[in-house]
Amino acid sequence: MMKKNSPAERLVNGIFLENPTLVLTLGMCPTLAVTTSAMNGLGMGLTTTAVLMFSNLIISLLRNFIPDRVRIPGYIVVIASLVTVVQFLMAAYFPALNAALGVYIPLIVVNCIILGRAESYAGKNGPVSSFFDGLGMGLGFTGALTILGAIRELLGAGTFFNIQLLPESVYTPVTIFILAPGAFLVLSCMVAAQNRIKNMPPKEKKEEKAAEEQSEEAAVIEEAEGGVS
Amino acid sequence: MNEQLYHVSANPHVRDKASTKSIMFDVILALMPATVFGFWNFGGRAIVNTILSVLVCVVSEYAWQHFMHKKITTGDFSAALTGLLLALNLPPEVPFWIPVIGGLFAIIVVKQVFGGLGQNFMNPALGARCFLLISFAGIMTNFSSQGPGTVFDATTSATPLAALKAGEAVDIQAMFLGNTAGTVGETSALLLMIGGAYLLIKRIISWRIPVCYIGTLSLFVLLFGGHGFDMYYLAAHLFGGGLMLGAFFMATDYVTSPITPRGQIVFGILLGIFTGIFRLFGGSSEGVSYAIIFCNLLVPLIERFTIPAAFGKGGKKDE
Repeated sequence: MMKKNSPAERLVNGIFLENPTLVLTLGMCPTLAVTTSAMNGLGMGLTTTAVLMFSNLIISLLRNFIPDRVRIPGYIVVIASLVTVVQFLMAAYFPALNAALGVYIPLIVVNCIILGRAESYAGKNGPVSSFFDGLGMGLGFTGALTILGAIRELLGAGTFFNIQLLPESVYTPVTIFILAPGAFLVLSCMVAAQNRIKNMPPKEKKEEKAAEEQSEEAAVIEEAEGGVS
Repeated sequence: MNEQLYHVSANPHVRDKASTKSIMFDVILALMPATVFGFWNFGGRAIVNTILSVLVCVVSEYAWQHFMHKKITTGDFSAALTGLLLALNLPPEVPFWIPVIGGLFAIIVVKQVFGGLGQNFMNPALGARCFLLISFAGIMTNFSSQGPGTVFDATTSATPLAALKAGEAVDIQAMFLGNTAGTVGETSALLLMIGGAYLLIKRIISWRIPVCYIGTLSLFVLLFGGHGFDMYYLAAHLFGGGLMLGAFFMATDYVTSPITPRGQIVFGILLGIFTGIFRLFGGSSEGVSYAIIFCNLLVPLIERFTIPAAFGKGGKKDE
């Protein structure tokens, strides 16, 4: 079993065990809205990851200075500043992606994954593990969004990262998948698949015990996050 | 004899012979006139699509229940009815994979994932039709047909409702009898009403949903249609599109309509209002299927507010 709060454990936790999209189901607004293509999903995910890593880091460093009663406004100031920086960088270096994601870039400020991690993790733990928690959560979010976007793009337009995989002559695109209902259909299948893999019977008893402990921990964290998101 | 007289048993004491199977069979029977007419009207392609649709629905239900280790319920005709309704809601010349995808979506996604018959939150056939309509808009709104019956209507492939929306004149008599363009099962208002009357007489369905639905829509069209009290325009709305098929056969689906009597009236009125809004103010000329699946989602709410008072709860309490 990995050491608790070690960088590796935080990464595995964020990417798989407590994947913010598939397990915590946080940040549903960008998840459902921008994943019309794999590229949009990847762009949104990486942008959020950048904000999340540094917001976790800064909030963790400031956790002893921010008074408890005004911590939420304090967190928001940090997150909003970071999002503003990222937004300007995106506009300067990736104008096409910036245009495609539109209003969802500034909306990262209110993404509940970021505030959720600040409240439930970065505000209570050291800067290194908080940074890796942000990275793990961000990569988990990116992975889920990219897969979601790729499936929707492939089924709904026959393309994969804008490359025509299924030619129009053989495959009639199922347009519903790049519309809103398709996001729900694909996301629900992904959550089901993740649950299936996560709950597969472990090979050894030792692993079983570890998984049990982790799921208990997950339940505690989820409870803590209930009030935030 | 005494033994029988004093026989003690738990209720219910009076039983009816009706079963899911007999009810579904009656509904299929009631749809037969319109189905056969659709076959005659639109020809071989419609026949093959209908058979495919029914087959896919039954087979996918069987396969799902088999692999999920559930009780096999394909014998109750409900999957077959879903397949038939789906086929009747498709344009006549759709490619063969359309009923296949539609049948799979109806049974697996709309019906079985939510727990099978009795648990589905919207009408499976209509859910699939709307899925297909959104996904393959071009194919699903192409009503041209080479069927033998279309000689009466060879000049146009627009449905009467689309023509009506475009401000063209429509032939009410043809719409009533069914010699018009449209989906396989929706064209003949007369035959659908005969089927609906059969269901009403056999008490498979109650009058509440169809009467409230059609009544509200009529009122809506007269008030907001912009044609005043023009009976000709009203008749075109009533006999055109999927209204008769929807009102008698799909809005009355037991699973997705309210069970409370007052709820059924509310449901019918809401259907009429939504259909009217979609038809008169929406972008598309038809709105029956969207109205029905939308109101299907409101059913739990409607039921919650229309629970009848339990026997003995009313009146003053004697102290």
